[in-house]
Amino acid sequence: MAKQAKPVEQVDSVIVRFAGDSGDGMQLTGGRFTSETAVLGNDLSTLPDFPAEIRAPAGSLPGVSGFQVHFADHDILTPGDAPSVLVAMNPAALKTNLHDLPRGATLIVDQDTFTERNLVKAGYDANPLEDGTLDGYDVHTVPLTSMTLEATKDVEGVTKREAERAKNMFALGLMSWLYHRPTEQTVAFLERKFAKRPEIAETNKRAFHAGYAFGETTEDFAVSYEVKPAKLRPGTYRNITGNQALAFGLIAASVKSGLPLFLGAYPITPASSILEELARHKNFGVRTFQAEDEIAAVGAALGASFGGSLGVSTSAGPGVVLKSETVGLAVALELPLLILDIQRAGPSTGMPTKPEQADLLLVMFGRNSESPVPVLAASTPGQCFDAAVEAARIALKYRTPVYLLSDAYLANGSEPWLLPDVEAIPDIDAGFTTEAPPDGDFHPYVRDDDTLARPWAIPGTPGLEHRIGGLEKQDLSGNVSYDPENHDLMTRLRAQKIAGIASDIPELEVDDPDGAELLVLSWGGTYGPVAAGVRRVRGGGGKVAHAHLHYLNPFPRNTGEIVGAYDKVLIPEINLGQLRKLIRAEFLVDAAGFNLVRGLPFRASEVQEAIEAML
Amino acid sequence: MSEPNGNGTQPQLTAKDYKTDQEVRWCPGCGDYAILAALQGFMPELEIPKERIVFISGIGCAARFPYYMETYGMHSIHGRAPAIATGLSVSRPDLSVWVVTGDGDALSIGGNHLIHALRRNVNIKILLFNNEIYGLTKGQYSPTSPRGKVTKSTPMGSLDWPFNPISLAIGAEASFVARAIDTDRAQLTEVLRAAAAHKGSAFVEIFQNCNIFNDNAFDFVREDKENRIYLQHGEPVRFGPGGERGVRLRGDGSAEVFEGDGDALVWDAHHPEASPAFALSRLTRDTVGATPIGVFRDVERPVYDDLMDDQLRAASEQKEGELGALLAGGDTWTIS
Repeated sequence: MAKQAKPVEQVDSVIVRFAGDSGDGMQLTGGRFTSETAVLGNDLSTLPDFPAEIRAPAGSLPGVSGFQVHFADHDILTPGDAPSVLVAMNPAALKTNLHDLPRGATLIVDQDTFTERNLVKAGYDANPLEDGTLDGYDVHTVPLTSMTLEATKDVEGVTKREAERAKNMFALGLMSWLYHRPTEQTVAFLERKFAKRPEIAETNKRAFHAGYAFGETTEDFAVSYEVKPAKLRPGTYRNITGNQALAFGLIAASVKSGLPLFLGAYPITPASSILEELARHKNFGVRTFQAEDEIAAVGAALGASFGGSLGVSTSAGPGVVLKSETVGLAVALELPLLILDIQRAGPSTGMPTKPEQADLLLVMFGRNSESPVPVLAASTPGQCFDAAVEAARIALKYRTPVYLLSDAYLANGSEPWLLPDVEAIPDIDAGFTTEAPPDGDFHPYVRDDDTLARPWAIPGTPGLEHRIGGLEKQDLSGNVSYDPENHDLMTRLRAQKIAGIASDIPELEVDDPDGAELLVLSWGGTYGPVAAGVRRVRGGGGKVAHAHLHYLNPFPRNTGEIVGAYDKVLIPEINLGQLRKLIRAEFLVDAAGFNLVRGLPFRASEVQEAIEAML
Repeated sequence: MSEPNGNGTQPQLTAKDYKTDQEVRWCPGCGDYAILAALQGFMPELEIPKERIVFISGIGCAARFPYYMETYGMHSIHGRAPAIATGLSVSRPDLSVWVVTGDGDALSIGGNHLIHALRRNVNIKILLFNNEIYGLTKGQYSPTSPRGKVTKSTPMGSLDWPFNPISLAIGAEASFVARAIDTDRAQLTEVLRAAAAHKGSAFVEIFQNCNIFNDNAFDFVREDKENRIYLQHGEPVRFGPGGERGVRLRGDGSAEVFEGDGDALVWDAHHPEASPAFALSRLTRDTVGATPIGVFRDVERPVYDDLMDDQLRAASEQKEGELGALLAGGDTWTIS
């Protein structure tokens, strides 16, 4: 690309949001802009925001799809509260996103789409480009569609409709110029993606270059911006989404345990991409089974566990409720099983593509009788990898079903991920029982002294034939038992086994540099916004401590000590206070809540305000 | 069928070796006893080491079965055994996996899992003990109870039209479908043998008498043996005293019973089309007062377990899985 002739301004961070119709390719555009940004070495965080409808009527408000990327020359924690730049590809995109845009922010719109018809579809009585709606914004009306058509008109074998669809690449080209993003990877990407239709590749490349050139030449953009690379920890990075990291973590757990991975799953938003990712890695011996329903998905996973596989089932809340009986069976059988709940907004079908944290009590207690299950929660897209490995370790070591919670925000959001040293990931010992005891009498419910885990003898092992089931079992022998005292004993043993995991997980760490009186206790996918909110408070001179839970059952062994050590405890959650209920019940601490249940991640500013209100 | 241990020193097992130390707790006179004895008697014939045999059941009287078999076993949850067995079978192709289920377990709460296991042709053998009643919950009508059945939950008679398990299995694309009677040990063993030899899903309905809540439900064939239409592959379908009654297909494809001479249908269990087997499955107590016993359908179809294994092998041959390479796939950048 030609040398920049215009003045260049240095900025430390930028939040860009691309918004357009579902068919406009906004996710792809955002993804490419993210890749360019990653290669440049900025720290970044992304948030796709798309409707559940695949293609809602073109130009309609429900059909708007968005992708936000926050990038900076320092480490950042969230995709950002409010965009500094909004690219709106049509009136509907402008209408649904404008309220997030602070006055003074940059707005780039495709003026060609502001037709009478599209304005009506978006519910505008008058053209917002002309009626003063956009006063106070730095508005750039660009004839994106017509310039795309003009730039690509010489490419043969491409329909007008196909050429028009390249307008997202024009927008990407313009943004790449505006923020000095490298362009080589995008060109290579387009050639790869459209290898079978070189004329389409050519169309997209021309649109991309035209957008870049437009930025250079037009007087509309007086300056461009540079964001220097961030000083991240040395190492090799890639950009990763939460669901991708979960899939990789499961494969890592399979490799490190030497157990073949078996995934039983039924398609459900926002978990399906884990199934799709794992289905691409059969060369690791991964068996993916798309079952007839959620129940069969987890049933097959449990059957595979019985046979010595690492059995996993992935789903979201509406599917997880259907798995409860099988998880209960796994509690009774005391077999390893992993269930990943990628939480979405509910109840019932709710808002499938939107995040929430309201399945905590479901996975804690959503089974008949006393059936304790360990619960872990991932905190960032990249941390999903570690969380999956750790959940597998606990399931295998303690012969228990384990719930791992993620959410739609982590699932689809991405961040740079420092590649782990695969050699340094500890091996996981499945510890199969392979030999019959000297007296020849195998007892499947004899327990390990330390872990209280029972032996795992898989079919095919001579001399250890045994039967297990959902009926209450006699201690040691595992025979069916209705003895009252035995049932009490077994109930307590199962509870003790899970509670004992607390001695095998890290203590809760507190980030408290100033000796604060207020502790903010968060869990799961809110880590980024809460930590960012805490930073802002400290930036303003406020004293606040922050601890983040990755383990919800059992809690880290020092949790009670920590929450008891502060005068005030604030628990921000995207639910109506589920962790707060547990903390209050467990530790008799009068914790306060900060709760918003909008199907949106917290904004750092909201967390900041909630903290400051308590200081 | 799998090889024995391989060292050739495995002693010949007998029915006794498949009995557990658990007290069998079915009601005295229950048809399940006869089925258990037949199965324990048949197991040695499999020539599969017993540690490689697994019985999986759901909930119901029949579902207690695994506790009485000295093999690996799981007594699971209501209706889910085919799903659990699917996961076990496809992840462990070296095992011989059997599902024991009942009419409520398989056809009511577990109907979905049953039809999908059959259509996939997972390598599991499903034995459905049909007694046309809920026994363990003490006598409510089941999805195979005849309409009008008076039970505790249907004092004025049931309203439901029943399932015909054989028709259902054939409709669900099952590659092996057979029927047997609990007390007819020779024929039951013959069906078990054919089911075990079949590659893929095998569905066997066993008429099983519940002498407590639905006694004599199958007397029309259990007691009156002349109403048993034995299906023998390659033989004309004839029954009754001296084979005086025959079965043939009408022009519209449906089956009918005729008396005396005439060309009876020569039974072809391997027929590529499911229609003749389906037509025969419609001959029931209600339609002709007799019903076929034996193998309705036995066709070859790719086995799900094998297909999955083939994909894993092909993927590994193309590119061996290497964790470091997987994680570093896609665009990466290095910060020094």
